[in-house]
Amino acid sequence: MITSAIIPKPLARLPWRLIFLVAAIAGFGLLVLYSAAGGAVRPWALKQAIIFMVFLGIAVGMSWIKESTIKAITFPLYAVTLVMLVGVEALGFVSKGAQRWLDLGPIRLQPSEFMKPAIVLTLARFYELVPAGEIRKWRAIWPALLLLGVPAFLILVQPDLGTCIMVVLCGVTVMFLAGLPWWIFAGPAVAVAVAAPIAYNLLHGYQRKRIDVFLNPESDPLGAGYHISQSKIAIGSGGIWGKGFLQGSQSHLDYLPEGHTDFVFATMAEEWGLAGGVFLILAFALVIRWGMRVSTNARTRFSQLAAAGLSATIFFYVSINLMMVMGLAPVVGVPLPLVSFGGSAVMTVMLCLGLLMALERQQRTVSSLA
Amino acid sequence: MNRPTRLTTAHQSITFSRRMLLLGGAQATVGALLIGRLGWLSIAQNQKYQLLSESNRVQLIPVPPRRGWIIDRNGKPIAINKASFRVDIIPQQLTDGPRVVGQLAQLLTLPPDEIDRINRELEHSRGFQPVSVADNIAYEQYAAITVRLPELAGVAASRGFTRFYPGGTSVGQLVGYVGAANEKEYEAEDKNPLLLVPGVKIGKEGLEKTLEQTLRGQPGGQRVEVTARGKLVKELDPKPDRSGGTVQLTIDSDLHEFAARRIGDQSCSVVVLDVTNGDILAMPSMPSFDPNNFSDGISRNEWKMLSQDDHLPLVDKALESLYPSGSTIKPSMAMALLNAGVDRKHRVNCTGSYPLGNHVFHCDKRHGPVDMDAAVVHSCDIYFYDMCRRVGAEKLAPMIRSMGFGEKFDLPFDNQRYGTVPDPQWMMRKYHREWQTYDTINMSIGQGMVLINPLQLAVMASRLATGKRVMPRLLKNQPVKPQSHLDVDQDHLDFIRKAMWGVVDHGTAAGAKLPLDGIQMAGKTGTAQTHRLSDAERGNYTSATWKLRDHSLFMAFVPFDKPRYAAAAIVEHGGFGAAVAAPLIRDTLTFLYDRQKAIAALQGFEQSIGGTLEERTQTRTARWRAANGLPPLTDQA
Repeated sequence: MITSAIIPKPLARLPWRLIFLVAAIAGFGLLVLYSAAGGAVRPWALKQAIIFMVFLGIAVGMSWIKESTIKAITFPLYAVTLVMLVGVEALGFVSKGAQRWLDLGPIRLQPSEFMKPAIVLTLARFYELVPAGEIRKWRAIWPALLLLGVPAFLILVQPDLGTCIMVVLCGVTVMFLAGLPWWIFAGPAVAVAVAAPIAYNLLHGYQRKRIDVFLNPESDPLGAGYHISQSKIAIGSGGIWGKGFLQGSQSHLDYLPEGHTDFVFATMAEEWGLAGGVFLILAFALVIRWGMRVSTNARTRFSQLAAAGLSATIFFYVSINLMMVMGLAPVVGVPLPLVSFGGSAVMTVMLCLGLLMALERQQRTVSSLA
Repeated sequence: MNRPTRLTTAHQSITFSRRMLLLGGAQATVGALLIGRLGWLSIAQNQKYQLLSESNRVQLIPVPPRRGWIIDRNGKPIAINKASFRVDIIPQQLTDGPRVVGQLAQLLTLPPDEIDRINRELEHSRGFQPVSVADNIAYEQYAAITVRLPELAGVAASRGFTRFYPGGTSVGQLVGYVGAANEKEYEAEDKNPLLLVPGVKIGKEGLEKTLEQTLRGQPGGQRVEVTARGKLVKELDPKPDRSGGTVQLTIDSDLHEFAARRIGDQSCSVVVLDVTNGDILAMPSMPSFDPNNFSDGISRNEWKMLSQDDHLPLVDKALESLYPSGSTIKPSMAMALLNAGVDRKHRVNCTGSYPLGNHVFHCDKRHGPVDMDAAVVHSCDIYFYDMCRRVGAEKLAPMIRSMGFGEKFDLPFDNQRYGTVPDPQWMMRKYHREWQTYDTINMSIGQGMVLINPLQLAVMASRLATGKRVMPRLLKNQPVKPQSHLDVDQDHLDFIRKAMWGVVDHGTAAGAKLPLDGIQMAGKTGTAQTHRLSDAERGNYTSATWKLRDHSLFMAFVPFDKPRYAAAAIVEHGGFGAAVAAPLIRDTLTFLYDRQKAIAALQGFEQSIGGTLEERTQTRTARWRAANGLPPLTDQA
């Protein structure tokens, strides 16, 4: 918050520290995209800048939404998103072997992206409605499982394993914070460990191969292991200070696949080294910490759970992408928000941040009244 | 189960705070893990990944080194490189593949299967690796392509080198030939990328193969930065190549070629040695193949013709073929007898036949009473049957071996066969039977189990000439092996040499005296039986029974009183030793002293058999093609 006589009050009341942080991450991302294009704003950096500015505007605009309004639209929003997911299945547009988009004239909608914040809000709203004494009862559990399970299943069959995992993790985080008994989380964890070999056999060929390759990337360095091998080469060859801006050979000579989307972190680390990587990770950590603070300072149960869940969404985005890029997780196709080229991740994260800013503004308003 | 009823909002708030703390802790742990992993990759493993990144970025296009020369003892070239023109396609610069390939096919008149090969290789090539279109094309074709280069994007016409052997057919068996590496050779060299470069040839046979590492040289490299798709980004500083080393042989290429031509149409090998140091001066094996034809890739018909020939042009007879030594063993055998204490004046009466048990061994003549000198000079078998039988094989074999029979020499060939000198232990080991007297009888005249190659025969001549253990040498840069004295009496040696002089002066080889003043040759003829023939059949041959004839052998040294050169020839199915092999050696050795005289003799000889080597090769090829229903070759020269 900036207090100054010159700056108009509504503007001064914006969470500037967060906005600066986000702008710093996105700005750094634009530099990386500029370099990935061989030192040109086209085709990625310029477009990404516009997308970012638009969604930043939308997020800031969202910060004036009242908590009550959010609560009111939560269930309808969830329902609409669910219908759109079914729509994707029905009228799905086949691209890269996956049905993910709804083509609505000029806009391509990816409903699974909306589902990330939507599932967080819905479960937060649901547990707000559940009385404190009921929380350990079965009827506090099965509706949540249904609310989470149906969209997760629809996304899984698209197939979009990455988004599915994220939606499930976001939902489970909210359920965990809502205070459901431990066995709800421990049980499935054990079950997953047992069922993993069986599930492995049910996966799509390319997904199974990605897991094989994740477990041993060197087994197929020119085939399916190529992504992980080349990404590790890019990151490892950067060293502490990197090869220098516009000097990354892995990305410029096309050895690194998807160097401007999912593997943008590798492109960055090759040129900016460990220093650039640590900067990005810390910047994201501060953004997430800001979101978690919003949660701890929240007055209502809904805003507590929603803020934590939205922060977790951003956290999962960043950590799954980074683990994948650095060879700690299989390649599941999760972009690095604000840095990777592409609108959907920016949109999701900005929706999350917009909602967080709205909840944060609410706290201040409430606190000033108190 | 009771607890949920007591849960209140306060409890819920505590649970939330606790779980928030847990969540925050988990998130911080993941963050720390990520930073740790990043540090591990970029600090601890930095060097490894930097190397990998460099090997991604920089590709080495091998620049083939020029193959080293093979020269003779006087510096005359035996195998050199000839500038040639070649056409390649650089796939990444190729924009309109089918049109360009079509136009090239038309300009170079490529056969359809070549066009198929080019298209296939283009499909599988990496962008910067050139695909060979045609090798060793005529200058006119090269010029025709060069002027059209602007419209042939992706085509590179360049000058390269092909192996050239000025001696042609005469050096075929000596040097072998070169060719493009096959898959097995590529695998054997750990997939050396150089072997895939168009135009790179490696030694396939003979010296080209055994001296490959010396001759090849160090490939240079054009270092280029390439993208993952093989597109060339920029050229980095190149690594220069180093030409292969020159190999000097002890061969005198003039003498070698002379001997090869003098062999004529026989299936024969000649070896000439310098007895003072063991230098191999000539070692032709004829008929042979023209290694130049292999350098350009040999045609299937030519290969077929070579492999069907019963004169075995693909075999190096000097080292690979084994023959009974026949009577050429007699001087050494006489030496062994003297060593065993036989009196050289002792006479044996030759009646022309020698009964042993129920078998009768023959001599080709009735010599009457003969002493050792006469037995060598007139090649009397009965004398050796009788004397050797008295002394026994155990005492004879070591002397024969010390003269070079059965010995393996350290020469740069991988195809040496070294035959046998039998003795009772060997017979037991190999055939599991007792040595019989008739084995001694057979061995005494170099028949039966005795098998030698022509080089060993020449070595025997040189050791008889010097009394020293002469070791043959082919590579000029190798030190001369010190010649130790053989375990023989000087008096015996002088006697044997005198007897060998007698062979040429008034014995079986009297018709092969050197046409030179003051230089006299000493030698020994040999006629090795290959089939058991009746007297009526012997000497009554047709070309169909060529294979039944005896081998004709001769070994000699000159000058007999002060030996300098030793020589040997084995003419397969040549008939009587004195008739074919001895004149061949006479002319070859004459060449060393009087070239004009020798060349005049050669010209007369060649006229009598139907022209020079090239002319006869052409007639033979034409005859073979006609017999196999192929159109005559158009003259490509």
